[in-house]
Amino acid sequence: MTYHFDFGWLIDYVPVLLKGIRITMQLSLIGAVFGVALGIACAWVRALGPRWLKPVVATYVELIRNTPFLIQLFFIFFGLPSLGIKMSELTAANLAMIVNLGAYSCEIIRAGIQATPRGQFEAGASLAMTPFQAFWYVVLVPALQRIWPALSSQIVIVMLGSAVVSQIAAEDLTFAANFIQSRNFRAFETYIVSTLIYLALAILLRQLLAGLGWMLFPRKASR
Amino acid sequence: MTEFSFWDILRNLLLAARWTVLLSLVSFVGGGVVGAALLFLRIGGRRWMRLLSRGYIQLFQGTPLLMQLFLAFFGLGLFGIDVPAWLAACVALILWTAAFLAEIWRGCVESIAKGQWEASASLGMGYLQQMRYVILPQALKVAVPPTVGFSVQVVKGTALTSIIGFVELSKAGSIVTNATFQPFTVYGLVALIYFALCWPLSKSSQLLERKLNVAHRNH
Repeated sequence: MTYHFDFGWLIDYVPVLLKGIRITMQLSLIGAVFGVALGIACAWVRALGPRWLKPVVATYVELIRNTPFLIQLFFIFFGLPSLGIKMSELTAANLAMIVNLGAYSCEIIRAGIQATPRGQFEAGASLAMTPFQAFWYVVLVPALQRIWPALSSQIVIVMLGSAVVSQIAAEDLTFAANFIQSRNFRAFETYIVSTLIYLALAILLRQLLAGLGWMLFPRKASR
Repeated sequence: MTEFSFWDILRNLLLAARWTVLLSLVSFVGGGVVGAALLFLRIGGRRWMRLLSRGYIQLFQGTPLLMQLFLAFFGLGLFGIDVPAWLAACVALILWTAAFLAEIWRGCVESIAKGQWEASASLGMGYLQQMRYVILPQALKVAVPPTVGFSVQVVKGTALTSIIGFVELSKAGSIVTNATFQPFTVYGLVALIYFALCWPLSKSSQLLERKLNVAHRNH
């Protein structure tokens, strides 16, 4: 083996990497917030929503969960313009992430809702809450508390999955790595460094979400 | 210019889908073997083995599959091996699958009551005998639904190998799109073919879960 590892030159590319990190984090943040919101809405439909909407949501969830994220991304970015719906790379990337996380978080939140005793709804109703109020105040919060670890893992998975948005030229961390690699052909060093950055981001994100869960749900779930 | 009929598009995609199926099978079987080895390291034996296995799992679960593919593609080359895309794809997917399967199976082994370990130890069994005769037969039943469920992730994971140039269903989708200028139809069809591959797996995982749970309750 005659290859000599050399990481020194990467100093010149720190701004490029930082920009990539910023965009990856930005995409993940927007994706997480809106994706979980979409997931909550879908979980509500599946638990309590109007009858006609249930099969629509079920189809959406099954379709997304059984197709690769890459294809969803390509469909949104390359396919939708044929219908006259055009968007920038970053918008398409974010939309794909939201749609993807929405389906997964719907299933996760639904599992949490199903684990909530039926009596909770009735208790809410007996306090003269509407079904929606009972869902929002009585059922959802304990459900979220219960499934918070699973939801956090899914958010981390979506953050890591966002690496493929580089394929539609959204300038995330992987895009930065590909750019650097194409400049100096030191592929191995470039990808090792960006992989380690992803690892650090994943650990950081997991800690942040754990902290957020601790802040949002200070009391232990009563079981 | 050649005209492409709907049938031409579908036929080409289906031909490429064979590679998706083959790659999924190789990754799943190979990942299962490596994952089983990791599992043994992870739950038994010496401290350094457990740490090593845990580090491996953390590393592969905490980094994007795409980066692992890039590293396999460019990294193996450093050792003087000429790396075709299919080899890099197999290596990366096997290692990635192994990390997830090991972790899934660990959960299943840990779901077996501690008393079972103690009971078999009291019969004078060694670690491997305990695993072989007492723990694994029970854990296997718990492990079937999540393992089948994870196979869906493997099939979807193979889509990423298109990025390093392995021609499977996703790559074929891009190629056909470039030839036909019909991205909506082509990517729609690609998605449907993936769905046709994955949905039966998801469904059977759910069915198995229900079935095995019922069996569990009757004990």
